[in-house]
Amino acid sequence: MQAVKYARAESVEEAVSLLQDGGDGARPLAGGTDVIVQARERTRDIDLFVDIKHIPEVISIEYSDDSGLTIGAATPCYQIYGDDTISEKYPVLVDSCSLIGGTAIQGRASLGGNLCNSSPAADGIPSLIVLEGQVEIAGPNGRRTVAVEDFCTGPGQNVLADGEFVVKLHFPAPAERSGARFLRFIPRNEMDIAVANAASAVRLDGDGNVSWARVSVGAIAPTPLLVADAADAIVGQPLSEESIAAAAAASSAAANPITDMRGSIRQRVHLAGVLTERTIRQAAERAG
Amino acid sequence: MASEHIVVNCTINGEQQVFLANERDSLLEALRDRIGLTGAKEGCNNGNCGACCVNMDGRIVNSCLVMAAECEGSEIRTVEGLAEGDQLSPLQNAFLEQAALQCGICTPGFLVAAEALLEQNPDPSEHEIRYWLAGNLCRCTGYDKIIKAVQQAAGQSVV
Repeated sequence: MQAVKYARAESVEEAVSLLQDGGDGARPLAGGTDVIVQARERTRDIDLFVDIKHIPEVISIEYSDDSGLTIGAATPCYQIYGDDTISEKYPVLVDSCSLIGGTAIQGRASLGGNLCNSSPAADGIPSLIVLEGQVEIAGPNGRRTVAVEDFCTGPGQNVLADGEFVVKLHFPAPAERSGARFLRFIPRNEMDIAVANAASAVRLDGDGNVSWARVSVGAIAPTPLLVADAADAIVGQPLSEESIAAAAAASSAAANPITDMRGSIRQRVHLAGVLTERTIRQAAERAG
Repeated sequence: MASEHIVVNCTINGEQQVFLANERDSLLEALRDRIGLTGAKEGCNNGNCGACCVNMDGRIVNSCLVMAAECEGSEIRTVEGLAEGDQLSPLQNAFLEQAALQCGICTPGFLVAAEALLEQNPDPSEHEIRYWLAGNLCRCTGYDKIIKAVQQAAGQSVV
């Protein structure tokens, strides 16, 4: 392990000040399931962990029909999938949180951490994108909000500037007859990193037409993608084999993957389409 | 930058503990090297294998992915806390009776993880057991004997 120091922040202001004073080597510590490994294996230069888990608003779940859902950035996965309101209204978050790592990882890992680690294969991010998630960031100049789809800028890279950290994630209340689904493709049943993953959200109107949709695909580009063309392919009409196939083709066309030990370019382009198709179908089932 | 020594107050297996750790120590390193509790094992040291699994504030965690400094005020339970004196816990006995181990290095992690499962779900299905334990790796048993041991500890008939 690098000679890393540890500081527990009791407030957002204190965390910002610790991160700012710490400079490049300072990192927020939530569940630590990525950053502790990065410090130990020296894939990032880290000399200060600023523990943000003891700041109440950073580890919390709040919902109201008016303001929607707010999840503190460091709230661990098990609290998210164990929350009755989230299970009922945002089951796509349960899809993601229940397959990030194993049980022991889910006891610590958070959606804020998953987002800030900014892996192209992050299993949380496509779900956050299709739910129209907004990232609330605190920093030396106060707070700002960024849409989840604009947060990651490359593998392991994001929009956070020095002294900034993610405080919480906001999601609008779910509309009537809406549903969302996340799926991941891995060659085994659990405990693996996505070859590709995807989330879709759809909203149906009274006539059964898709009135709104979002599709996001991961591990097929340097960042998780919001694929507007895939959503456009199904909006304004009832779901049909043709429209779903067009959405799948749009996701495959948007894919810009690499070949690595987990999968080839060809397989990932194919999977982007397959997962788009399946998540749209299952999102529509949830929409009822 | 040199790491400083820090003082950590926490409860370990029901006893109040104050220990001195290096600021860079993981909980696993603190348990093994500072406190002398060598039940939790270092396998991969990056959160994949589960050999270092301990219970922290009621949830299982990989102690290699927890900083010792984070444990201030927390309640830690390790495999050493399962038995009462010379009396093994029902789960430990089931592991012996089902021969659910060979080399044994993964066993403390499996025991701590399975104990936590049975605490919150006393009658788990085979599917639930397998998913709960998916973060614990064993190279010897092929897992079936471990699953059977957990089923036996849950009072289920084991064939």
